[in-house]
Amino acid sequence: MLDLLDYDFMRRALLAAVLVGLAAPAIGTFIVQRRLALLGDGIGHVALTGVALGFLTSTSPVLTAVIVSVLGAIIIEVMRVRARTGGDVALALLFYGGIAGGVFLIGLAPGATNATLTAYLFGSVSSVTEQDVYVVSVLAALVLAVVAYFGRELFVLCQDEEVARASGLPVRFLSLLIGIMAALTVVIAMRVVGVLLVSALMVVPVAAAQQLTRSFRVTILLAMGIGVLSALAGLSSAYYVDVAPGATIVLIALAVFTVSVAGGRLLRRGAQTSEWSGDPTAEGNVEDVPRTDQGSVST
Amino acid sequence: MRHAVAGYEHTPVLRNISVDICTGETVAVMGANGSGKSTLMRALLGIVPLTSGSVEIHGTPLRRFRQWPRIGYVPQRLAAGGGVPATVGEVVASGGIARHWSRPLLRRILRTGARDDRRLVTEALDSMGLTTLANRSVHELSGGQQQRVLIARALAGGPDTLLLDEPMAGVDAANQQALADALERLTHRGYTIVLVLHELGPLAPLVHRAVVLSDGRITHDGPPPQPTGDCAAPGHEHIHPHAGPTGVGSGRDTLDATQLGGLPGA
Repeated sequence: MLDLLDYDFMRRALLAAVLVGLAAPAIGTFIVQRRLALLGDGIGHVALTGVALGFLTSTSPVLTAVIVSVLGAIIIEVMRVRARTGGDVALALLFYGGIAGGVFLIGLAPGATNATLTAYLFGSVSSVTEQDVYVVSVLAALVLAVVAYFGRELFVLCQDEEVARASGLPVRFLSLLIGIMAALTVVIAMRVVGVLLVSALMVVPVAAAQQLTRSFRVTILLAMGIGVLSALAGLSSAYYVDVAPGATIVLIALAVFTVSVAGGRLLRRGAQTSEWSGDPTAEGNVEDVPRTDQGSVST
Repeated sequence: MRHAVAGYEHTPVLRNISVDICTGETVAVMGANGSGKSTLMRALLGIVPLTSGSVEIHGTPLRRFRQWPRIGYVPQRLAAGGGVPATVGEVVASGGIARHWSRPLLRRILRTGARDDRRLVTEALDSMGLTTLANRSVHELSGGQQQRVLIARALAGGPDTLLLDEPMAGVDAANQQALADALERLTHRGYTIVLVLHELGPLAPLVHRAVVLSDGRITHDGPPPQPTGDCAAPGHEHIHPHAGPTGVGSGRDTLDATQLGGLPGA
């Protein structure tokens, strides 16, 4: 079973996968709580422009992706605050701009083609280099440290921005912090699952965990557990069966989500809490978790 | 608040509002839907920026106001939080963030005062009768219970002033009375309380003063209109024995749970 550890590239890939499995759901829990589930997708698309810029300027695509996606996150946050009505349109504009910019720039880069981009679109974890692992490790540690240190502040902000403001919290700084951490996570996860599936690792483990929990702390920890489990299981099955690792990781996470939905229903039926009776909360959770207002309260 | 004008997207909601709220007062901001009463409260807190005019809190202009732990804001309802669960204990404890954040950086890093913060959280849970519900998910609770969670969260910062936005919305009659009793105990503790209300209802006995808004202007500022008439009699000038002229902020670090009492779990 452990023969996959005999290969250097596999050890690097597994380490990267574990770090992604930890970091993506950690920041993802706050993003889902803030109802910005598509933020990761938006940044992912922008990161592609960064990758292409890296090839064009013959620098490390990971580093240029970091710079461009952090800038993208800042732009998204500014647009979110300024354009109160057109937040989703602003996000959509960035989606298209990011993909178009990436494809356009890669065409200008010598020796690189759209096929080069495919590795970043869908992930190419087996080609992770030593340098990539260093960058991914540092970024993942940074994301986890920020989540640990500012966890309480971010919880208040994502729960209710007006309460955060009335508590004297630096709302703008913390909002930017979430955006920037999401951008770093996108770059970390880009090599493992690809920019098109990055957001899945931020959202799906959280959606799965929240079926089973009633506490925020347990949700975030369980989501990280599901993230690591999916990443490791997906990667090793890809090694043995020769399927696309990124897609396998995401499909396993979705399978965990499906099981959690069933498990959550059983749990609640078992608990027979009177407050749940016919509450749309439980149903809403199942249908399309991240973006609905389910769990919205009172009458 | 002086000559305050505020609005959204160039539509003025508040037109030249001037209001002084004294320490220890319980003031109801009333008016029809769209009269600007919620905006008034949000402008007081700096959530909605003013187009002109000024807001002072405890004598400090809003821009320079830093004593946020003295303010407890109770929004109309618990935000859904994107469906991510949170327990009663977690939500109430998050109310301590204002105290934490008002400390100097070094003390924040060293987490000094965490024990005081935890004590306030325990007392806030206790005073709202939530101790036994602390491990429940807030989304499983009834409207009245959630309202108590929101008030407890505001109390967890150890404030001397509470601002409540429609605390009775979505709360059934029996729990409205329990909530009113809890708020009344807070007024006796010397809290300054500002309530945005659609109707006085069971809160009528504790409201000293009503500011009635209509179309962004104050149309009444004085004793609350009383349909029943019992408290509206002339001479019902409320003299508050608990609110000294120096304010209540000084001794407010200790929230006496025994005096606040517990609410019957509803």
